[in-house]
Amino acid sequence: MNLHAVRAIYLFEMNRMWRTLLQSIASPVISTSLYFVVFGSAIGSKMVAIDGISYGAFIIPGLVMLALLTESISNAAFGIFFPKYNGTIYELLSAPVALPEILLGYVGAAASKSILLGLTILLTARLFVDYHIAHPFWMLGFLVLTAVTFSLFGFIIGIWADGFEKLQIVPMLIVTPLAFLGGSFYSISMLPPLWQTITLANPVVYLISGFRWSFYDVADVNVGVSLAMTLGFLLLCLVVISWMFKRGYRLKQ
Amino acid sequence: MAAVISVRGVSKVYPSGLKALDNIELDINRGEIFALLGPNGAGKTTLISIICGIVNASSGSVLADGHDIVKDYRIARSRIGLVPQELSTDGFESVWATVTFSRGLFGKPSAPEYLEKILRQLSLWEKKDARIMSLSGGMKRRVMIAKALSHEPDILFLDEPTAGVDVELRRDMWEMVRGLRDNGVTIILTTHYIEEAEEMADRIGVIRRGRLLLVEGKEALMEKLGQKQLCLQLQQPLAALPDEFSSYPLTLSADGHELTYHYDSQSEHTGIAELFRRLQQHGIDYKDLHSTQRSLEEIFVRLVSDQRPTEGLGR
Repeated sequence: MNLHAVRAIYLFEMNRMWRTLLQSIASPVISTSLYFVVFGSAIGSKMVAIDGISYGAFIIPGLVMLALLTESISNAAFGIFFPKYNGTIYELLSAPVALPEILLGYVGAAASKSILLGLTILLTARLFVDYHIAHPFWMLGFLVLTAVTFSLFGFIIGIWADGFEKLQIVPMLIVTPLAFLGGSFYSISMLPPLWQTITLANPVVYLISGFRWSFYDVADVNVGVSLAMTLGFLLLCLVVISWMFKRGYRLKQ
Repeated sequence: MAAVISVRGVSKVYPSGLKALDNIELDINRGEIFALLGPNGAGKTTLISIICGIVNASSGSVLADGHDIVKDYRIARSRIGLVPQELSTDGFESVWATVTFSRGLFGKPSAPEYLEKILRQLSLWEKKDARIMSLSGGMKRRVMIAKALSHEPDILFLDEPTAGVDVELRRDMWEMVRGLRDNGVTIILTTHYIEEAEEMADRIGVIRRGRLLLVEGKEALMEKLGQKQLCLQLQQPLAALPDEFSSYPLTLSADGHELTYHYDSQSEHTGIAELFRRLQQHGIDYKDLHSTQRSLEEIFVRLVSDQRPTEGLGR
């Protein structure tokens, strides 16, 4: 394995984050904090507890997950799209690197940024809302697994996209609505039975449910199912990326 | 001489149906400077891109330093450096960051001293902390060369390396390329500047419409294809040439002071001795003479516009 290449790609991508710290970390932390202020401190105090958890604390896992999903996708998509856009992809294609090394570099960096962001949001949330973490190990596990899985998904989007518009379409028009409707702000048990069934088709439900379970020991769906669904999506992303590289899809002529 | 690059039966057909390369057979010798000449769209960049792994060949195989570029791509690619035609750079990165990245990407451990040497050779050391976007076009071209050299390749591909750079920088680059060759690096360059190939190349390949028309040593090529002309500075100007010379390939200058004789240097009988005898018979004296050879540019233009260029030309 070309570990020097993994290190080079990883550090190169992480340097981009440090160079654009305001956009990479500060901006999503501030926007998520606004949710805590509005829904946690201001409105939250007037709302009833859900499953015995105060509303402000209840929405924390969902909001962290929302930021984690969108940022993982954006980071990884941009990481591989930008070399395609500015033409420097020639260097990656002509380098003695295989797919695992490319993924470790790009997806590893994108996931690292998202995990750092998720932890920063959690720390920031403490300023506005009182919450506890029942299973810290599982919380970290879900955080890492989700960041890696959706960074892989973002990597696919980055290869597929042939313009900035496509780069934004999936996070903005698909992932964000799915996160909002996936139980970020409510428990799906609060929905009518028909909508509960329909909501189970939303993959983000399983992520938020599993993550919330690691905080408060309560979940909309079985935690094992959440874990299996996330792992299944991770594997699917790996299969798609392998196919893309094997075919040179939108990378090689 | 051992071939460091062996191209065997390589063809490329793009999904659009365009046949960019047609059964290319080519050997590049170790340690030489090989110039690939051809008009726009001839297939030069496609051939380089296939060898470097950027484009998949439709058929055929390529060995780089004895290693198959597909099966043994790790070893093969680690031997090769590429400076592409387009100025593709990470504009927001510093010069130092981008060459460090390139070295790591090609599997080499950190070597700040080596990178410093490269940057100094390319007059980039003073700009090592500058963002690439702030550099001139010529400096960006040097950055791309520095990136290609960062992993100490044995084989360097330069795709139009001096396109858009000024004359002084072009001369500097020629010097640098010769220096690399002297250090054992094999150089393959494509260029639109015929003078560049004439100045630097040991061997020249001419490609047109995806077919390799010829591969020949530069001197041999010019010798083989080059016509010469003999210029005589006359003692007394001539108003016109005597009729007897009408069958000779002679041109009289407008002021009547210079007579130019065109001949084929490869011909057994150049006709020069006979010409001198006739001139003497007619009392036409000359005070000076010199001969010049047809330039590579003329040869190139003739080749790419000729429908039957390969006849009688060896590979």
